[in-house]
Amino acid sequence: MLSSTAKNLYWMGRYLQRAKSTARLIEATQRMALQSRGEEAAGVAAIFGMEDEFRQRQQQSSGRLASLIDFLVIDENNPSSLVSSIGAARRNAREERNNITVDVWESLNGLWLELSERLRGNRALLDRGALIESVKKQAVMIFGAAQVTLLRDEAYNFLQLGAFLERADNTARILDIKFHALRPDGNPHAQELDYFAWSEVLACIGAVRTYRRIYRSALDPMKVAELMMLRRDVPRSVHHCLWMVDLSMRELAEAYGSRGEADRLAGELHARLRYTRIDQVFDMGLNKFLGGVRGDIATLSDEIGRQFLLD
Amino acid sequence: MSISRDAHDPSVGEDADTSPASLGRKSLCFVGPSIAYIVIRQGVKCRMAAKAFDEMNSGAADSVRAPYRAVANWLAQTSPEKVAATRHEVDVFYRRHGITFGAYGAVDGAETTIPFDIIPRVIAWDEWEHLHKGLVQRVRALNAFLADAYGEREICRAGVIPEQQVLMNAEFVAMAQGLDLPGGVHAHIAGIDLVRVGEKDFYVLEDNVRTPSGVSYVLENREVMMRLAPELFSAMRVLPVADYTEELLATLRSVSFSDDAAPNVVLLTPGHYNSAYFEHAFLADEMGIELVKGSDLFVDEGRVYMRTPRGPQRVDVIYRRVDDGFLDPLAMRPDSFLGVAGLLGALRAGRVNIVNALGNGVADDKSTYTYVPEMVRFYLGEEPILNNVPTWRCDRADDFKYVLERLPELVVKEIHGSGGKGMLVGPTSSKAEIEEFTTLLKARPDNYIAQPTLALSTCPTFVGQGVAPRHVDLRPFVLSGRKTTIIPGGLTRVALKEGSLVVNSSQGGGTKDTWVLAPGAAGA
Repeated sequence: MLSSTAKNLYWMGRYLQRAKSTARLIEATQRMALQSRGEEAAGVAAIFGMEDEFRQRQQQSSGRLASLIDFLVIDENNPSSLVSSIGAARRNAREERNNITVDVWESLNGLWLELSERLRGNRALLDRGALIESVKKQAVMIFGAAQVTLLRDEAYNFLQLGAFLERADNTARILDIKFHALRPDGNPHAQELDYFAWSEVLACIGAVRTYRRIYRSALDPMKVAELMMLRRDVPRSVHHCLWMVDLSMRELAEAYGSRGEADRLAGELHARLRYTRIDQVFDMGLNKFLGGVRGDIATLSDEIGRQFLLD
Repeated sequence: MSISRDAHDPSVGEDADTSPASLGRKSLCFVGPSIAYIVIRQGVKCRMAAKAFDEMNSGAADSVRAPYRAVANWLAQTSPEKVAATRHEVDVFYRRHGITFGAYGAVDGAETTIPFDIIPRVIAWDEWEHLHKGLVQRVRALNAFLADAYGEREICRAGVIPEQQVLMNAEFVAMAQGLDLPGGVHAHIAGIDLVRVGEKDFYVLEDNVRTPSGVSYVLENREVMMRLAPELFSAMRVLPVADYTEELLATLRSVSFSDDAAPNVVLLTPGHYNSAYFEHAFLADEMGIELVKGSDLFVDEGRVYMRTPRGPQRVDVIYRRVDDGFLDPLAMRPDSFLGVAGLLGALRAGRVNIVNALGNGVADDKSTYTYVPEMVRFYLGEEPILNNVPTWRCDRADDFKYVLERLPELVVKEIHGSGGKGMLVGPTSSKAEIEEFTTLLKARPDNYIAQPTLALSTCPTFVGQGVAPRHVDLRPFVLSGRKTTIIPGGLTRVALKEGSLVVNSSQGGGTKDTWVLAPGAAGA
């Protein structure tokens, strides 16, 4: 397998996962805005690290949330918008037509065609909700197609690496910023609880019902943080994602018969999420802990590029 | 994707002798937009030729020809609604599969599918047998010529082809001289464009021995037909084509310099902006080999390697779909980003083979074309089985004079032109267009050849108003390695516009599945 193939699959996984996370986040944000205040927009922009861009746009247009949503959904100049992410994932896939199955290609290409079709019409009449719903649903189908049809070889592991690193980072980022917005002092126990706000945090990773199943208790910010970070059985938790990253790294190391800095870092990150207790996290400060994890995820991504000649 | 480098030239001739002396004596002209042709012979009164040969309906007394009986029945029994539904299904299938072509210069993302017509083009076994023999012979001669042109040039010394035809040719690659290629093969994959004008009359329109494309459509069209018209398929005994990629891989492996039992073969593509990228990915996938871009390869100590997460891996054979000029920035165009620095050095050192070979353009440009029948006689000592279309070379004074006089009847093509550009189709051109072209011609007569307008055969084709005859051609793919292989049939291209003779996909042409019937099958 070529290094360029590994690179394309890695980025296909990242972009596809980014689109999926973004779609879910926008939905949760919209629901939140409907149920309570409309001040969520800036917070969402922060999750994408786009406060400045958002502020610029805000000055140009009247509808705040609507403007943000267009920025996140259909703005082709925003490299992280849904449309841009799906376009990028499809470009990566198209270059690797011969390294993915027809099922994976067809489902991804089908989504891209559908988005292009929707965008061709009058933008004012565009049903944003339906578009977001489509991305969410079909991204699941694309990953599903990958799961059931792809040969378990190097290529598969690079796709997994991209998807799970992106997902780990997305969840960590959402938790970091939302928690800070709701509890600026970092104390999980202070003040009365805004039930809707905390359930929307869970909704960002689609885990409201999961929370009920696991804890069978009222919403508690500390448990929300635990679920999103440390639970190995929650498929979008940071721990679960880094576990998967570590697994893919081990498979690659076995196939290539060599290990490097990326392997060490992946193992260390996995172990950190696996053996840290939630009270230790809060003793240290959630913000600091998550900052460290996100910094190391970025370093790991760089090391993967270096180790496998992806750059 | 532009399947061919060139457009179609319709022409008819009873005599395929292309010697200059015979050319002046006859011509064919095209009257009006309908399909009717008059053959004028010197000293002989005019006669109306029959309308274009229709491969389904031109049997004796306008009956259905035997190979097409099942198709005719199927057409009669299938309702228009069913047909419309099926055609829609085809379009969706091709789009979802991403079988698209984007012409160069189109906006990124502007991808179009090539129209596919669901009525198959049928060729009887005995017809195919004849074509097969002719194709093998022609490609053997072309390969012998290429080895000679880059070797001793005996054919020039014997006075059969002028040396300047080879050495002064813009496609001649000096660096390819004196190479001893495995099996002596230069044109490993050849696409020979054939046209039919009568029950037994086939002509070679042009040879494509650089990087002929279109074979992926042959394979995909077959898949589509088996899915959409199983009833028709099972009513006939159609020879399979699915083993093409197997044969292609065997051919590529057989021409490695190394005696490694499993040489590493890769397919080099210019990348996904190329109009034929779908085909590159498709073939690599089917063969299970790496699809590489120039940036995936590098040369070290005279060997070619590809970059992989495991480290560098040696490459033995490169099936390149990149043009000569872009292959190696050190040896050819220095501004090329598509190639690999040092690649030609590795080739000359016998460390990697490049397929098709460098400089094949000297064998397939439109002026060399006129010499191919002579090549067959010179190298093989045989008479050509397949004939050329009569061709006038504008660099010859007599021919040029004749061409200028008869421009409204002729098709004039640029020698190195491709994709239907740089050509004049006399009968369908306005006076102003002809005058404009005359200026071009007079400025550089040596840059052009002319051919009569041929009445290309037609096949029933679905058009807006139902089924109507449309002109077709055929591109069989000939594989030459340690042995020669041709999958039955090839790519049938169809001109979808009424009366149009241009079948290039970049000019509104479509494709059909080509069915060669098994020996002894109905009508064969």
